[in-house]
Amino acid sequence: MAEPLLSVRDLKVVFHLRRGDFTAVNGISFDIMPGEVLGVVGESGAGKSITGTAIMGLVDRPGEVTVSNISLKGERIDGLDEEGYRKIRGKRIGMVMQDPLTSLNPLYTVGEQLVETIQRHLPLNQAQARERAIKLLAEAGIPKPEERIDAYPHQFSGGMRQRVVISLALAAEPDLVIADEPTSALDVSVQAQIIKVLKELCASRGVGVMLITHDMGVIAEAADRMIVMNKGEIVETGSVGDIINRPKEPYTIKLIEAIPSIKSQNPRYAAAAAKGQVAAANEDDAPLVTVENLFCEFDLSPSVLSRLFGGNRKIIKAVNDVSFTIRRGSTYGLVGESGSGKSTCARMMVGLQPPTAGSVKLEGVDIWNDRGAATKRRRSIQMIFQDPYASLNPRWRVGDIIAEPIRALKLSSSNAEVADRVADLLTKVRLDPGVMHKYPHEFSGGQRQRIAIARALSSQPEFIICDEPTSALDVSVQAQVLELMTALQEEFGLTYLLISHNLAVVRQMADAVGVLHNGVLVESGPVEEIFGNPQADYTRMLLDAVPDISKVA
Amino acid sequence: MTDVTTPAKPQSRLVRVLDSDLVFSYRRSPIAIVASIIAVVLILAAILAPWIAPYNPFNPRTLNLMDGFTKPMSTSFAGNYFLLGADHQGRDLLSTILYGMRVSLFVGLSATLFAMTLGVSLGLIAGYRGGLLDAVIMRIADIQLSFPAILIALLIFGVARGLIPANQQENTVLVVLILAIGLSNWAQFARTVRGATMVERQKDYVSAARIMGVPPIFILIKHILPNVVGPVLVIATIGLALAIIEEATLSFLGVGVPPTQPSLGTLIRIGQQFLFSGEWWILAFPAFTLILLALSVNLLGDWLRDALNPRLR
Repeated sequence: MAEPLLSVRDLKVVFHLRRGDFTAVNGISFDIMPGEVLGVVGESGAGKSITGTAIMGLVDRPGEVTVSNISLKGERIDGLDEEGYRKIRGKRIGMVMQDPLTSLNPLYTVGEQLVETIQRHLPLNQAQARERAIKLLAEAGIPKPEERIDAYPHQFSGGMRQRVVISLALAAEPDLVIADEPTSALDVSVQAQIIKVLKELCASRGVGVMLITHDMGVIAEAADRMIVMNKGEIVETGSVGDIINRPKEPYTIKLIEAIPSIKSQNPRYAAAAAKGQVAAANEDDAPLVTVENLFCEFDLSPSVLSRLFGGNRKIIKAVNDVSFTIRRGSTYGLVGESGSGKSTCARMMVGLQPPTAGSVKLEGVDIWNDRGAATKRRRSIQMIFQDPYASLNPRWRVGDIIAEPIRALKLSSSNAEVADRVADLLTKVRLDPGVMHKYPHEFSGGQRQRIAIARALSSQPEFIICDEPTSALDVSVQAQVLELMTALQEEFGLTYLLISHNLAVVRQMADAVGVLHNGVLVESGPVEEIFGNPQADYTRMLLDAVPDISKVA
Repeated sequence: MTDVTTPAKPQSRLVRVLDSDLVFSYRRSPIAIVASIIAVVLILAAILAPWIAPYNPFNPRTLNLMDGFTKPMSTSFAGNYFLLGADHQGRDLLSTILYGMRVSLFVGLSATLFAMTLGVSLGLIAGYRGGLLDAVIMRIADIQLSFPAILIALLIFGVARGLIPANQQENTVLVVLILAIGLSNWAQFARTVRGATMVERQKDYVSAARIMGVPPIFILIKHILPNVVGPVLVIATIGLALAIIEEATLSFLGVGVPPTQPSLGTLIRIGQQFLFSGEWWILAFPAFTLILLALSVNLLGDWLRDALNPRLR
């Protein structure tokens, strides 16, 4: 067996906090072979990122690293002084971080940053270094690198920027690249390209990669071997194919089962198909929500004068002539990449953003223009937000948060009645009613999202708009929240608008789907028609790009 | 992840407060402890002045000109003992300082409260509404911040003098002083609160409240205000020290509180006349008290700012 490129033995990272020690990584050992992509997967708090940070010697106080051995190509690299680590970072271990915006300095052109890194580590003069930088950018798939090299980071899109970061990480010909969630901030279509670039570049140079991610799909597409981490310990190690197809540990099995796959059919459709009732959907029912020719324009003209006189006007059409209907008791999934207008649509449908033109009708009432529209809309429409940390006021008790719609809409004035209702709602979202006296920071992300769901339900709405309700949550928690949403839909006959960039979640949850691209609804129809037989090119591209565990080699 | 939340530990409010990060940071900061002890002693002494002061310096009948210019820690010709000496009229300096601090603290606290109320309200409105209203409020604040606060206070004080009839001035002077100092300090509050409000306004809990039709005034008071008070407390503490100094400056310039109820600033003004004739204590003790008061409050404010800033922990 060849000598491993990176060898880690008994790595332990402890944070000495005020309320006792917290062990983030508890004695883990692993190897990376030359040219190998090692995927490290785990839920938030599993200690994945800290492992990467500890190898680079970047753990700050109050963290303490104890390790019996970390070696790179047989050479010890643990316990070095700052000077020793500086020679390793960048030169022998390259780094690719999650957010391409913060890992590049906005004040320098990408060329300056590349040339500086190259010259620091390699004995090249300015012209040679620049030539090398252009070559690196070309290899990372940046078109016209001779021109783009003098551009600033903000002039690149997110995906292009991440390509620059990858070239930067490879600039000094490192032996190992640690990539920490390199694609998590990117859209799926871009994500696939970035994984490909990273994998190809490293394979052609024999560079080892430690790919840290929460997304099993990314690992399935990119990695050779993988480590599953949980609570600072390694649960399972093995080849990607083995672990995904034949997981041994209960934790891994649970984790893999929780991942919604884009390849599996919508469960309701599948159940109906089994009984031969697919066509029986009541098409003639009047829809609950009708969206007709909805437009939303933002005026980004630089000054008041240009707005008035029309010179230098810059109008962004965030939503461009979107129409669809949602049947009562069904779920409509709205998918699209960032900037496609999904959230703007949601804001117009919930009453936060007035449409430029078009109408949103709920049971035939235009929620923007008809008389009594505001009351109708407030009573019948509620929303669940993406980030459960920002959607609950940290200074309010859970009970008050859930009761807010009841009080705001004056549905009940008796405190006892409100408390009963809150306790009931907490039970419905499977939390202990006793928690109503606590504050949001005492809960985990998934529990907070359930509190947000309880708040959305408390005014007994008919229609709930869910804007990326699970994208901030771990997969196992996501599965629970989605299952809860389905159960509540059946119990209360709710109608959902589910906005998500995660196509697998939408396929699992939605009855009908609309695909948005640059504000235009490119395709809309029943879920299995869209996923099974997409008509628009864009939809096909989007579906192909999704990394999925079923794609494992 | 299970459905069971962490078991509710029955903790009394006191235990929770003593266990909080703020108290922890306090106990580890010797400067904060010393500063708070000094501030509390001074404030208590000021409040209890009528009971603990050895003399009543404002009762003309107890004043004896024979006591004038008595040195500190000595007995006068009239047989009275003065710990910190006496001034030219024979008033006990310790007692005048205690009473003077009362006036200084009262004006400082009231002015800060006024500035805080005004600044926080305007900041909330500007930050939440945005647009033209925001521009108008913040430009006024900018103009005000480009002048020294003391000049603005002088201006307001002068205008008020002109408007209020002469026979009313004696009674209204404290109110005018508070308004003048308060109006010269609101801009700091408004700026900070506006910025914090603009951040909070974007958050989803505000959107959630808007969706259910909560009126803007309730969103501001019940949702946003509790989330922006942290920095306000810091500015208020540092602002208190500034207001005390500003009041002293105004009184030193002779436009502050009348000599019948002197503040620390008035005492310093009186004292500086005697500095070069050897009666140093008439100036030194009130000045030292003022420094001690302002410094301790300021250090407390500094500590609070660092303690509430998670990045410095």
